[in-house]
Amino acid sequence: MITIFWVTLLLIAVTIGLSLYRAVAGPGVFNRMAAVNIIGTKTIAFLVVMGYYFERPYFFDIALLYAMVNFIGTLIFAKYLERGELC
Amino acid sequence: MLIVHIAVTMLLGAGIFFTLVGSIGLLRFPDFYTRLHATGKCDTLGGGLIILGALIYHFFAYPETPLVPAKLAFLIFFIFIANPTATHALMKAAFKTGLKPWRLGEERR
Repeated sequence: MITIFWVTLLLIAVTIGLSLYRAVAGPGVFNRMAAVNIIGTKTIAFLVVMGYYFERPYFFDIALLYAMVNFIGTLIFAKYLERGELC
Repeated sequence: MLIVHIAVTMLLGAGIFFTLVGSIGLLRFPDFYTRLHATGKCDTLGGGLIILGALIYHFFAYPETPLVPAKLAFLIFFIFIANPTATHALMKAAFKTGLKPWRLGEERR
């Protein structure tokens, strides 16, 4: 079962690398922001599988925290891009 | 235990498939709106399936800690609410700042 988790980690890392191309080379700030949001969602799944691969149960709390931080960050950035100010 | 391993492997494989398809869509589509159309749904379902596989594995392999599957179930619930909301906010911000949708025959951007 540890092999399946390792293969899952490897393939999620490959998809993060594919998304990182769009975050670096994408034209305009919206493409980059969408790619960063997608990378954050993949990082949550990566952290959960990583908790089973290293047999540390603390990674799930980090995944919960990362989900909230990613959501709030994307929402605040979208608001700033829409209005030009934060309040 | 073997049936649990097969189920977990199938769930993880399905999650990886959806995540990979979403990433290829993010690379290959011609326009911002079509890219968000590809990734906003595929990535939500892919991440949810991967975490669901981890939940089922933990529920049968470590039954002495029942708090961790509850945390993972809350994580799936939060992703299924938060990720479409973030995608909608980004798309609305892009539309209000005047980014035109791509028409057939135009150049990729």
